Amino acid sequence: MTEYAFVTIKNAAKSYGALEVLKDINLTVQRGQIVAIIGPSGSGKSTLLRAINELDPLTSGEVWLEDVQINRKLPFRQYEAHVNQVRQDIGMVFQHFNLFPHLTVRGNITLAPRMLKGLTEAEADTLAEEQLAKVGLSEKIDEYPSRLSGGQKQRVAIARALAMKPKVMLFDEATSALDPELVEEVNLVMKQLAEEHMTMIIVTHEMDFAASVCDRVLFMDQGVVVEEGPPSVIFQNPKHERTQNFLRKHLNR
Amino acid sequence: MDLELILRVYPFFLEAAWVTIELSVLTAILGLTCGALGAAARMSRMSLFRGIGAAYVSVFRGTPALIQIFILYFGGPQIGIQLDSFSAGTIALGVNIGAYMTETIRGAIISVDRGQTEAARTLGMSRWETMRKVVLPQAARMMIRPLGVNINALIKGTALVAPISVIELTYTAQRFIGSTYKPFEMFLLSGILYMAIIYVVGQGISWLDRRAQIT
Repeated sequence: MTEYAFVTIKNAAKSYGALEVLKDINLTVQRGQIVAIIGPSGSGKSTLLRAINELDPLTSGEVWLEDVQINRKLPFRQYEAHVNQVRQDIGMVFQHFNLFPHLTVRGNITLAPRMLKGLTEAEADTLAEEQLAKVGLSEKIDEYPSRLSGGQKQRVAIARALAMKPKVMLFDEATSALDPELVEEVNLVMKQLAEEHMTMIIVTHEMDFAASVCDRVLFMDQGVVVEEGPPSVIFQNPKHERTQNFLRKHLNR
Repeated sequence: MDLELILRVYPFFLEAAWVTIELSVLTAILGLTCGALGAAARMSRMSLFRGIGAAYVSVFRGTPALIQIFILYFGGPQIGIQLDSFSAGTIALGVNIGAYMTETIRGAIISVDRGQTEAARTLGMSRWETMRKVVLPQAARMMIRPLGVNINALIKGTALVAPISVIELTYTAQRFIGSTYKPFEMFLLSGILYMAIIYVVGQGISWLDRRAQIT
């Protein structure tokens, strides 16, 4: 039996005018696999992640979620309907949380499920309670985001993404904006998702976290994947000089 | 200062103040409508609408409101638009302030962090759903004060319909000067009434703004 690849990226390229930010990238992420993308800033790792759900569409190449091509070329209206549909299956967590400040935690979590999945208020409330319990913030359900710490905000953002029951989760430097003492609580939630075999693609600067949680690590630099492999290989015995230089700066050993 | 004269004529000024208030309210409603449509046009996906929106703003901000009033009221009949002075004044002022409100509304909308739109779109919400449920509620809070500035300007701007004989505060002052030769008292009386209207409206806007910031 062949296993479905949840996410397939074929010959991905992106440029802004003459500036090439992604060059012929190929990547397959299996069901339940956890892939970390590391690399210096400007390497294109966030751009690649944002190409997966069409926030930053590719110039050329294909992105597939199972047997559905995400970046189909369609007339505007059909394209919009198509991306609105496929994005429901792809959860995303941002560096700056992007919680909706005018809504409570409950409102943040229930807005999209109520609008897009037609849940009743009671169903949506149950969903919000479940997801909040998962990230350990049940007591914050009626707070506004401004009353939460950074770590709590990010956990709510994760709960909001999970409430859409995504098939893949994308994390774009989810802990980079957090004070060091708040990083762990977010990492714990992500580890818990890993144990549930959620397919995850994680752009991160946290090498220790990538090493302990991920199945595979990609090192990107200047728009290309320089090297990829299991964390033990990438972190212990990187082959390329660029990877070695980068890791020397980022590993405290 | 002729206090006795003021006491004799002030009921006429109060009546004129009502006309100024009516003008202001109708102008504000028309202006907000034009402003909302103008902002939607300026932010449209279609370049034709963006062009129309940009042209609207530059034409109506780029010419004196007085000229716009004159063109509509005096020039209108030449091209088959026959309006009484009150209607012509209201329409010209409303469309004029709408150009300023277009920019106010658009400014508030684009000041909402892009991350808000990205988060909503990522969840699968459409452009319009995102605008309605995420961006506009946040932009609305930010536009209350600057729209208040526009409304303050439009109330004072209603004085510009005096030359086309709308019997509002400025025209009334001029009319009584003609018979009393007391410009100081007459303009002072008008000025005080303008200030009273603006004070009340300003308080209302501050109250709205405070209320909007609570949650």
